Amino acid sequence: MADNDIALMAHLMRRAGFGAQYDEIVERAEKGYEATVEELLNPTDDNHGMDLDLNERSFLEWNHFIRCVPEYIMWRMINSRNQLEEKMVLFWHGILCTADSKTQSYVTSQAELDMLRANGMGNFRELLIEISKDPAMIYFLDNCLSHKDNINENYGRELLELFSMGVGMDGQFNYTEDDVKECARAFTGWTIGNNIPGQPYGRYASQFVYNPSDHDEGMKTFLGETGNFNGEDVIDIIVKQPATARFISRHMYSYFVADEGGVPSWMETPPRDMATIKMLEDVYFNSVYDIKAMLRALFNSDAFKEARFQRIKGPIESIVGTIRLVGDWTTPRPGFEVIFDEMKHMGQEILNPPSVEGWHTGKEWIDGGTLVRRINFTADYVGDLTQPGVQDLVRKLQAEGPVLSPDNLVDGCLRLLGCYELETETREMLIKHAEKTGDLPTGNREFPGQVAQMLQMIVATKEYLYA
Amino acid sequence: MTSTKKDPVLVMLQMTGAYDALNTFVPYGDPHYQDYRDVLRLSAEDVHAVDDYVGFNPGMGPLKELYDQGKVAVMQGIGYPNPIRSHFRSLDIWHTAEPDKMVTDGWLGKAIRDIDPNKENILTAVNFGRGLPRALAAPGVSVASVGDLASYGVLTGIDGEEERMDALDIFGRMYSPMIGSGAVNDYLSQTGLDALKGADILKTAPDMYTSGIEYGGSPFAQWLKNIAQVHTAGFGTRVLYTGVNPGTFDTHANQHITLPKLWGDVTTAIGDFYQDLVEHNANEEVVMVVFTEFGRRVKENGSGTDHGSGGVAFVIGDAVKGGLYGEYPSLEPDKLDEGDLRWNNDFRSTYATLLEDWMGLDSQPILNGNFEKFDFIK
Repeated sequence: MADNDIALMAHLMRRAGFGAQYDEIVERAEKGYEATVEELLNPTDDNHGMDLDLNERSFLEWNHFIRCVPEYIMWRMINSRNQLEEKMVLFWHGILCTADSKTQSYVTSQAELDMLRANGMGNFRELLIEISKDPAMIYFLDNCLSHKDNINENYGRELLELFSMGVGMDGQFNYTEDDVKECARAFTGWTIGNNIPGQPYGRYASQFVYNPSDHDEGMKTFLGETGNFNGEDVIDIIVKQPATARFISRHMYSYFVADEGGVPSWMETPPRDMATIKMLEDVYFNSVYDIKAMLRALFNSDAFKEARFQRIKGPIESIVGTIRLVGDWTTPRPGFEVIFDEMKHMGQEILNPPSVEGWHTGKEWIDGGTLVRRINFTADYVGDLTQPGVQDLVRKLQAEGPVLSPDNLVDGCLRLLGCYELETETREMLIKHAEKTGDLPTGNREFPGQVAQMLQMIVATKEYLYA
Repeated sequence: MTSTKKDPVLVMLQMTGAYDALNTFVPYGDPHYQDYRDVLRLSAEDVHAVDDYVGFNPGMGPLKELYDQGKVAVMQGIGYPNPIRSHFRSLDIWHTAEPDKMVTDGWLGKAIRDIDPNKENILTAVNFGRGLPRALAAPGVSVASVGDLASYGVLTGIDGEEERMDALDIFGRMYSPMIGSGAVNDYLSQTGLDALKGADILKTAPDMYTSGIEYGGSPFAQWLKNIAQVHTAGFGTRVLYTGVNPGTFDTHANQHITLPKLWGDVTTAIGDFYQDLVEHNANEEVVMVVFTEFGRRVKENGSGTDHGSGGVAFVIGDAVKGGLYGEYPSLEPDKLDEGDLRWNNDFRSTYATLLEDWMGLDSQPILNGNFEKFDFIK
């Protein structure tokens, strides 16, 4: 197996998933790149080791507040064989945002994330209709408070600004304030039933309800078209806009290829790789809004394959990736709360994005506090010789021969971590560090500790902050 | 400005979870209060009375002591326009001083940039707690964020002191901005180096510190002790931030038991902290602010209160002119705002006073507007 094929597969698994152990990378590389892309795009039936209800019954400690939903979502990211499916849940959760700080109903959030999983690689039009009917969303953006005689614009605005078109493109506005109002009018009557207050028993699951008597049946003019529009009609108009193709393509690019600037800057700032964005826009229209077709085109593009280490990992990617690497949490047990807290402290609490704008990504993940937490969390894990993934990594290095030279130790660790690349100067510093002990007899008692320490040094580098 | 010779220091104490203003600073003399609060009612015998109308919650004895010494300004009826009852969004508003739109820069982050524009001191601001509050976040501003001062540092999991020192030495060189290129690389390098240097300095603080004060065991009390350690170490830290863990004050039931207990823990820690500063002759230059994201419903829900608006905050210190500021919101049924106390003083007026009259900064660019100041700084 050529080294570059393995490195490319490591790249694909980091981006289209949460990373993989070395053996899995080699195994997939042998199957082939395009075959792996297809496998990721077409999830198989899989209960990810354990269904939610079994989780709940077996591990009472996971009952975070009402149910163990956040833990379960993390659990699936760690253990699902369908890695891209889970990665797409996180993708859409970061764009079509609701926050439990307001909805306060994990049951409803769970239903939303199941919906995102079911539609995340489907048709974008369907996804927009489903999110408009999603009880958590209707409550989060107050569409349940929008009435035919008294509209609440919150959902109508965010649907345009943050979920589909964006404020503007190429320096031009994509829609007017009137479009926002007309959009909100079209969604009147899209509400929820069973909206029981959160206290004192905890909110019940709500259901989508369409209330025709509260729907504004008047004529509406939206983005230049006029008619007695309902929500679906408005979405039909939205999905055919060039701005929508651009907006979704940029999000995909930023999530899978390389960090784009913040969404508010997109009106004025052109994409960093216009050719790839154009290519995605074309696929969007040619496939009639098929998300899977866009992903396929993206993963098979040279722009994607060449964009190694161009994105700063998000906290959830860091945490889940580290756990998958060392092989922890393959079976449930008490104590997951610590992991859940960790993502909060690193700045990305699942089900609680800071606002409807989602998390600010790229370099904004990193500040003095979150950086120290990320480095220490990762270093503590890769330095833990009781973890099966770390033991396996040590065994693989031992199998390379009775003695390892310092540069073989550094390069071996980098390869087994997922073909990481370091700047020349960084690599030389680490080799120099390893040279203090000279050539390393792999059978020595100290060897595992020396490997562990090298791994800790590598995960502390700036380079390792990237995926 | 003040007569303090030492640089003024601001200590923000965030009481996450939304404490019930009505049973924190209690209008026990108001007949309406007695009507609204059948179960949670506090009477003249219960409260630490300030006058024949209001008094502090029974758990707030240590704060009342400071009040009696003229060191506590009570900011009555504090709030922000268009109150919302989401903990998150509400805290966000307090953090960014921007009630109308979502922004990412914190008001103190901007203040720190003004205090130390050339980034001469990486410890200008230090946060104690889990995660950095948005109040302290601003582009180009590095804030040390410490969970536990005793164990704070980079790569704390490396076995062996010598090995760890070696590793940190390499870490410092690996994060050189000379390695790699581009603006993001510069930012990551700077953040890493600041964290390393900050940790190096901060970890010396506990060794320099001795005190006769025994703090309580709660994280909040321990973080206040850490703040005393950092402040008395003389690192030039000007903004210190901590609070109770999220959700601490987010109680909706049995508040007649929980609220005095919580306030007892919190104000004992604050009293200890103040005494500690006195012991170190480091009290005059410190002003503390105790705040929460919003208040509670006027009417109780049985044994607790649900999310409401209209709150109360406290500004504490030697430099503070003690007393009551703002007006106690009326409890007349027709003066309530959908069953909530009606706020009457914009939280940004308190911020403006702190920024201008205490920290000596221009508040306009930080708060994005001019807000009428109070006269609570000596």
